[in-house]
Amino acid sequence: MKKLLMTASLAFFAFTGAAQAEGKLSIYHWFEYIPQELLDKFAKEYDVEVTMDTYDSNESLLASLKAGKLGAYDVAVPGDYMVKILNNEGMLDTFDPSELSNFGNIEEQWVDVSFDPGRKSSIPYQWGSTSFSVNRDVFAGPIDSLAIVFDPPEELQGKINVLDTLGETLTLASLYLGIPQCTPDKSQLKELNALVQGAKQHWASFGSDIAKDVLVSGDAAVGMIWSGFSAKARSEGANIEYAFPKEGYIVWMDNVVLLKDAPNRENALKFMNFLLEPENAAAVTNYAQYSAGVKGVAPFLEPAVANSPESNPPAGQKGVFVEACPQEVQVLYDAIWTNLKK
Amino acid sequence: MAAKTDLRRFPGFLTLTIICLVVLYAPLIVVAVYSFNASTSITKWGGISLAWYIDVFTGPEAPKFQQAAINSMVIAVTAAIAATIIATLAAVAMTRAGRFRGKTLSFALISLPLMVPEVVTAVASLVFFTAIGFTSGLTTILIAHIVFCIPFAYLPISARMQSIPDMYEQAAMDLYATPREAFKLVLLPLMTPGILSGFLLAFIISLDDFLITNFVKGAGVETLPTAIFGSVKQGIKPNIMAISTLMLIVSVIFVSLSWLIGRTGQNKNQET
Amino acid sequence: MAAGATTSGGTVSNIYKGNSAKLMLPAWAMVGFFLLAPVMMMVVYSFLTKEFRGGVIWDFTLAAYDQFFFDRGLFGDEPPSIEWTYIGIFWRSIWQAGVATIACLLIGFPTAWFIATRRPSTRSAWLFMITIPYWVNLLIRTVSMKFLIRDTGPLNEFLLWTGTVSEPLGLINTNFAVQLGLFYSYLPFMVLPIYAAVERYDFSLSEAAADLYSSIWTTLWLVILPVVKPGIVAGCILVFVPSLGAFLAPDLLGGAKTFMIGSLIEEQFKGSAGNWPFGAAASTILLSIVMAVLLIYARNQNKGSER
Repeated sequence: MKKLLMTASLAFFAFTGAAQAEGKLSIYHWFEYIPQELLDKFAKEYDVEVTMDTYDSNESLLASLKAGKLGAYDVAVPGDYMVKILNNEGMLDTFDPSELSNFGNIEEQWVDVSFDPGRKSSIPYQWGSTSFSVNRDVFAGPIDSLAIVFDPPEELQGKINVLDTLGETLTLASLYLGIPQCTPDKSQLKELNALVQGAKQHWASFGSDIAKDVLVSGDAAVGMIWSGFSAKARSEGANIEYAFPKEGYIVWMDNVVLLKDAPNRENALKFMNFLLEPENAAAVTNYAQYSAGVKGVAPFLEPAVANSPESNPPAGQKGVFVEACPQEVQVLYDAIWTNLKK
Repeated sequence: MAAKTDLRRFPGFLTLTIICLVVLYAPLIVVAVYSFNASTSITKWGGISLAWYIDVFTGPEAPKFQQAAINSMVIAVTAAIAATIIATLAAVAMTRAGRFRGKTLSFALISLPLMVPEVVTAVASLVFFTAIGFTSGLTTILIAHIVFCIPFAYLPISARMQSIPDMYEQAAMDLYATPREAFKLVLLPLMTPGILSGFLLAFIISLDDFLITNFVKGAGVETLPTAIFGSVKQGIKPNIMAISTLMLIVSVIFVSLSWLIGRTGQNKNQET
Repeated sequence: MAAGATTSGGTVSNIYKGNSAKLMLPAWAMVGFFLLAPVMMMVVYSFLTKEFRGGVIWDFTLAAYDQFFFDRGLFGDEPPSIEWTYIGIFWRSIWQAGVATIACLLIGFPTAWFIATRRPSTRSAWLFMITIPYWVNLLIRTVSMKFLIRDTGPLNEFLLWTGTVSEPLGLINTNFAVQLGLFYSYLPFMVLPIYAAVERYDFSLSEAAADLYSSIWTTLWLVILPVVKPGIVAGCILVFVPSLGAFLAPDLLGGAKTFMIGSLIEEQFKGSAGNWPFGAAASTILLSIVMAVLLIYARNQNKGSER
């Protein structure tokens, strides 16, 4: 009798778990990248129950989806190179521009991008740069070189936090060395490996989700960080300056993609459309402090955000996009990264 | 006549005990104190205020934590009930069914969740659920929790059952009761303190779990520990400290409850 | 007289004889299907091939174990030598767990002894005080510890304010922080079994024996410890095993330099490394070590009871 009860309740749970009712939206997003108020606004406007899980790197997103989470989420927010990779893995669904009434709001320069020509599976979310920030209370010298991270001066050794993502960290290392991305040349790769192994001893931690907190709390004096996140850290009291190194730094665009087997495709498209409203895109920008890829956001932006040093690099700086490498080359970089994280 | 050594007084032991208690309580008390800090900065004292407690219940992150708390409670109650039932049946078999084939194996099986390191259980569960394609939200967590709650429920129940002589059930059966009636009307009432202890223990253990839950949870599902962990990674904000103080208070209540139950159990035992 | 009737508390009776299978079935079903089977599947996974960028291919290979034990150069094209990194991580975890266990023992034993030797009326109060932190969520406790000892936290603030130190002790993100965290997490597990053993201890006998010895410490060493040893051993195991596979303390308190087994395994499944077979292999190795320790413990228990 008791066993029957148990089996019945287990079955009940399984059933309620499996069936996805109407009026839901399941988002897979970066941590701390969208204000709760905006999600609530969407939920109210469209009468949709919104749930959101988070990841802290493009690679974790991919690993999760490959591990079986595809089909559990409607939309995700990968970076430019990861959109291409997801597409190659067959994980994206497509839509027709006519399905999004606000499609015309996308800024011209972001409509036909190399990682999704004509925008068949994605819309722009935010774009920004990745570099590093230094606590000016600890170090007052020049910070215009990636040497601060990869060959730090004595006062900064042991106080550096590095982002926990292969794509960005190794690309910055490559820029510092002056070697091309996705190089199959083993001698260059060995140089890269030697560089990061040598630099590792001066690093305090690997972490993306802690990147802002370590600077605010003082656990680190130098942090590899995204531009908007750095602006946020400043607004929370960290006396930091964002660097634009002469060797180059990374620029990226994050995009909202429609995932394959999305359980709520309709609501997913509504959400993407919602994000293309200038007012809403501005809300994200004000929160995350990057730049939107949508027309007409300027009047809604807070001046501190619009004028932040992070979003306004000095002229003549080199920003590069991270490239997605072909498989045979990617395994080499994976090996360097695994070696580094050991 | 030789001096009588008092083994109860070892020099320095009292000091060490005090140190022990200080170490155990210091972080919790410090956090509790700071949770009443009015200023946003964690370490600069700004005056006493309940602002963060209000924020826990009404702030922007409130719905997330509330949903997580509800999830945690639902799972904990259900898992504890299921584990207690299973553990009671198992305890009956282990202490009252004489020798049976596979008894030692059964004991090993019940203790298995205790012996396997938590991270291994987490990995194994994740691998298993993914392989059979079972990824629905709360259910995976619930199943994993029931499994590791079983030995925790089993321990107090079995201990109590062993200390109850079976002469009452024998007497009942001499009076023509069936084993099932003997169980329901004689053993079960005597067992109540043990069963309640087992339930409480299983409940707290389920509420507490982080690692296994984090591995197997479905999309969009958070329990209180996983929500707190995610939030902490981005900085220890004062609302987290408020939540942690609240949980400290809840724990005090639970320990007191279980002590009272333990006491009643002892008294009942002395009466019988 | 009913059959099988010796009825002093603790003896097994035969009331439910014949029903044992039905009674054990739920337990067998739950644990067997949802723990035993998953663990076996995990072991199987450790012999599969990692798919590029995550997932597994059902191709049997020893690649995961090879990666664990052997270093074949950065790109797999050099002759194999011993890979010390992962063995090092395991060794470091064993060492950290060991230090935490010893610390728990040094503080936990006197505490347990002290509480157990109080008068019964005060004894429950002491026990109550010791048990409460145990009931607080481990995550909360670890976070609280992190808050306390970080460079800008209250402990350093206090030390700076009283002038005891001139700059913050760099406590966070060190081996010491992790050991402190482990000690803090599992201390009650050491105190309670020793307390249970000491409570049953017959003082009158040993007080007589103790009168023969010169100092109270000799008595401790020669008379008391051998008798409460089972409690001590149980406490050590209850601290050592969870510390070995711990995740929260190393992750929140440790930082990059104190990678332990728990973090290594978590990284394979939840982090960006995405190497499931390797994670399964590391888990299998950890499980084997723990099972070996428990088996030795069980053997010793059996030997003890035969005497």
